[in-house]
Amino acid sequence: MVKVKIETHDLNVWFGSVQAISRLNLEVYENEILSVIGPANSGKTTFLRALNRMNDLNPNYKMSGLVEMDRKDVSGLDVELLRRRVGMVFALPLPLPLSIFDNVAYGVRMHGMRGGQKLSRVVKESLKQAYLWDEVKGRLDESAFKLSGGQQQRLCIARTLAVEPEVILFDEPCSGLDPISTSKVEDAMVKLKEKYTIVLVTNNVKQAARVGDRTAFFLSSELIEVDKTEKIFTAPDDSRTDGYIRGKFG
Amino acid sequence: MRKFKEFIIEKLILFSGLASIFFVVLIFLFLLKEGLAVFKTVGFFDFLLGKKWYPISEPARLGILPLILGSLLVTLGAALISIPIGVGCAVYIAEVAPLKIKEILKAGIELLAAIPSVVLGFIGMVTLVPWVKHMFKIPTGLTALSGSIMLAFMAMPTIVSIAEDALYSVPKAYKEGALALGATHWQAIYRVIVPAASPGIMAAVMLGLGRVIGETMAVMMITGNAAVIPRSILEPVRTLTATIAAEMGEAVVGSEHYFALFAVGIVLFVISFAINVGADLFLHKENK
Repeated sequence: MVKVKIETHDLNVWFGSVQAISRLNLEVYENEILSVIGPANSGKTTFLRALNRMNDLNPNYKMSGLVEMDRKDVSGLDVELLRRRVGMVFALPLPLPLSIFDNVAYGVRMHGMRGGQKLSRVVKESLKQAYLWDEVKGRLDESAFKLSGGQQQRLCIARTLAVEPEVILFDEPCSGLDPISTSKVEDAMVKLKEKYTIVLVTNNVKQAARVGDRTAFFLSSELIEVDKTEKIFTAPDDSRTDGYIRGKFG
Repeated sequence: MRKFKEFIIEKLILFSGLASIFFVVLIFLFLLKEGLAVFKTVGFFDFLLGKKWYPISEPARLGILPLILGSLLVTLGAALISIPIGVGCAVYIAEVAPLKIKEILKAGIELLAAIPSVVLGFIGMVTLVPWVKHMFKIPTGLTALSGSIMLAFMAMPTIVSIAEDALYSVPKAYKEGALALGATHWQAIYRVIVPAASPGIMAAVMLGLGRVIGETMAVMMITGNAAVIPRSILEPVRTLTATIAAEMGEAVVGSEHYFALFAVGIVLFVISFAINVGADLFLHKENK
């Protein structure tokens, strides 16, 4: 029996008068990769940002319904604590203007970890999990901006891992990367689901097919269907899903 | 015909571009010509480091150290007041304030910049000066401190608006990245946004101080204008600018005093030039 990590109940989201998500009921299981696909403005990133309450930053944001993690309403949780438990990797890799080491150590230090050895161990572990350690181990003191785009993205993953989250949200993590970097990030994701629950929003349908255990298809702020990835990609219930996957629109 | 029009317009623009440089060069040459003449009678170091400024005694004593120290003391005091408040205000406007308050504050800051310095000086004279006198129980309120407080008000609009710009142009993704790691709003401001904007903030501070050191009217009205080396911030001082403004009218053209005032002008010019170059360097660092 799979355990439900995150679920939404009748979630509606508006930005001003525009509805970004309508009546969304969706579950994310523990230790799976849930891919979310759909055309632009279909609500997939809004869904992602509802899970760690990053939408709260937008002053026009309104919601109704419920987002629960481990059966607890996230709007009742301490928001900083929630964001530690639900890490996020953004579309554009944006390292902070610091060294490689300090980028990874940043979040950990912020949460109060001092002391050299333990910190170094956390940084090393995180970089290893993000498949970056071998490429940077000799130059942790260099500026993070010297890394390539793909390396920077994996650095951002390592930075997220270092604070030991339970869930990781990927918001189109490979949109700016070349195919080789993309496959490295994908390898990292597949490996990471052993320890973490992953939600992946992607514009790349093939990427969803490659790494997702289940795939959800969003269209015009609604969830059209969600099922095992093989099912979605071979025999979807809804003809619109089929159309999108085959590249007929969107 | 069209080509000819293009040609004329191009030359006109070129002329306007050159004119500004041309005038700067002319002013500088004139300053040098008039100012350097003083060194025929006074040694360079006697002038810069001389402790006595008695320009109309016989023989004249033309040491500007008291004036330099006066300017520096007033500027330092103004910096200590205006930098923390100005940068804090910029952070509040850029990051914390709700939209409405933000607009009100920005308008207020612009209004503050629009107050003529003589009006500020006048207000300072009738409100601040008696207050300082009363507060510190000193014989006169016309002190360096009063000047510093008043000038801090003048530096603030520059510091706030430029620093706010710098903070605002920090990529939103930096902030989101920090927040997504579980940073509190303050942690994101303090550890990410302010450091990322620091070159712009430094430039803002430099330009604000540039305004302070060049300010004349208000300081002349409220610092007491005593050309002695100040021993504390609660004593009257006289600044470089106030000296020129106060004495140029009575200096005989071509006299030693007259040349000395121009030399004071050169010193001021060099100081503000250095500050501007410093600000420029910081701004360019940001662009890299």
